[in-house]
Amino acid sequence: MPGLGRGWRRRARVAVGTLGAVLLGGLLWEGYKAVGDPDGSTLFGVRLLPRADDAAMPHLGEILGRLTEPELAGGEPVGLVVLRAAGFTLRAVAVGFAVAVLVGGLLAVLMQRFRVAERGLLPYVVLSQTVPLIALAPVIAGWGGQLSIGSRPWQPWMSVAVIATYLAFFPIAVGLLRGLQSPAPIAEELMRSYAATWWHTLLKLRLPAARPYLFPALRLAGAAAVVGAVVGEISTGTRGGIGRLVVEYAREATTDPAKVYAALLGAALLGLVVAGAVGLAELLLTPGRRASTR
Amino acid sequence: MRTSARPLPGLGGQLGRALVAGILSLALLTGCGTADPAGTPGTGPGGTTTVRLQLQWFVQAQFAGFIAAADQGFYAEQGLDVQILEGGVDIVPQTVLAQGQADFAVAWVPKALASREQGAGITQIAQIFQRSGTYQVSFADRKINSPGDLRGKKVGNWGFGNEFELFAAMTRAGLDPARDVTLVQQQFDMQALLRGDIDAAQAMSYNEYAQLLEAKDPKTGQLYRPEAFTVLDWNTIGTAMLQDAVWADSERLADDAAYRETATKFLTGTLKGWIYCRDNVPQCRDLVVKRGSKLGASHQLWQANEVNKLVWPSPGGLGVVDEAAWRATVELALTTRNQDGKTVLTKRPELTAYTNDHVRAALDRLRGAGLDVTGTGYRPIPVTLNEGGA
Repeated sequence: MPGLGRGWRRRARVAVGTLGAVLLGGLLWEGYKAVGDPDGSTLFGVRLLPRADDAAMPHLGEILGRLTEPELAGGEPVGLVVLRAAGFTLRAVAVGFAVAVLVGGLLAVLMQRFRVAERGLLPYVVLSQTVPLIALAPVIAGWGGQLSIGSRPWQPWMSVAVIATYLAFFPIAVGLLRGLQSPAPIAEELMRSYAATWWHTLLKLRLPAARPYLFPALRLAGAAAVVGAVVGEISTGTRGGIGRLVVEYAREATTDPAKVYAALLGAALLGLVVAGAVGLAELLLTPGRRASTR
Repeated sequence: MRTSARPLPGLGGQLGRALVAGILSLALLTGCGTADPAGTPGTGPGGTTTVRLQLQWFVQAQFAGFIAAADQGFYAEQGLDVQILEGGVDIVPQTVLAQGQADFAVAWVPKALASREQGAGITQIAQIFQRSGTYQVSFADRKINSPGDLRGKKVGNWGFGNEFELFAAMTRAGLDPARDVTLVQQQFDMQALLRGDIDAAQAMSYNEYAQLLEAKDPKTGQLYRPEAFTVLDWNTIGTAMLQDAVWADSERLADDAAYRETATKFLTGTLKGWIYCRDNVPQCRDLVVKRGSKLGASHQLWQANEVNKLVWPSPGGLGVVDEAAWRATVELALTTRNQDGKTVLTKRPELTAYTNDHVRAALDRLRGAGLDVTGTGYRPIPVTLNEGGA
């Protein structure tokens, strides 16, 4: 069974690679702390390299240790608070990402089907990403306050999900459109010679051909959804999520710099979870092929 | 677009169904309704009136009086169910109020007046803080004892309309803020000052100044002592501007008798909350902590105490807008230019921008109940800060 053996060897290689990357990151951090100027390096008054002192870059051990210590005297450990906040934000990320896939997908199909839609919509799709998030977030939070879904009132995390959607639909719409347009003319002509409908051509030709474009777009969208949710939480002050926690802990950075890094670890964890989910989807939806980023 | 209604084979069938489901759910989403269209205070169970109060920031002791009123039942006594809405980095309370998503808002006077000038229909109905809580702090060895000493220094400030007291003081001292000092945008924390990146930092007496006193001096290994710093206090320098005030919707104040009565009741409960916090500082701190503030216990006690100093004594009565102080704020807002050459206000607001009617009615009710609403004999409590505010 050479296939199985190869599979295990590959998995082991991935595991070692991942572990190595984490170790390398840690070594770089501690290495810079060891050799870097505690006051940073400046050239003509411009700081080129960051400070390496304990206030700017706490030791990794201190950051990890902070996770196990209570948040406030007698309170829960920081790690638990961060995990719970990451879970809260994950809901907004997941909902935002799902809606973004839907909206981005529909836009891409529409733009592929109607040339006039592409000409008319694409500039707006691009334009939508130039609106600064800090201007948009309060407006979205404001609209949300006046909405309800059926009899259920609008929740603050839903505004955050909308902001995540807003950032995440863009790479999907653009990437999928490119993918849907990717089949060679000869393939389209073949479908036409079969008298295939547009719908059949979409399902049998265009969507399968779009896969290599779609998954990188989904990865970008996943990262954008995480950024959108975290920034949206900071912007609107939504309680319970990792973005809010970053702001709250940042206020204490004067005396407790490791704490805010602990919150940032939570944000990084979110990114990993989303990237993992997209990778898994790719593995499942690409039969007989390795995921594209190996 | 042609759509096929018959089942599609294989993957196509599932995808087709998924697409249809997606379109349906989109239709559902767009069909979601608008709740509470008029923005009027709703009536809850037991005939209580629901009131939404928008704060400027997260729950902390800065808003202790409101929190105490909600959690000690002072609003309930007035038949109100007050929901306290927390602020965020980009939440502007007076805008939330003007858009009808809150019934009352807490906002600084100059910033709210600027929004008013831009067309926000809001009216000030109470002035909670009688004094400004903003300091400009520097290490004592930098010898910055007056605004004039800032010449040639790196001066930190938060911007976004928080800088005008500082700019007014510098202008009065004969400095051109755009040329004679180096302006630096400050972060949330005070590390820039502690490391000497800036010579003077903006700090609220009840928050960032405490962060300095909660930090360890690397030279001694002890917490910094107040003597290590010099503080420029705008109240004594004379460029203080009015801060935390309560704002209401102008149109509803004019047209809606029920809202006017709600405003008076809301202020009655609010002022009672602040009186409670004057007399019960530690209990008040505990209420704030229970609301889920992430700041440490000694920091919150310090904050509750410092905020009390801004509120008390209130010689004209708690919450009353002092006309002279209000005019002084407007004057500074009209004349002080920031580094972009902008003033907060471009024209003088009419005197209807504030009203003392509701707060005076509320004070009458509280005096009738035998409460001390001026706090003439107010004394702050001693507070010891621990490292990191723990």
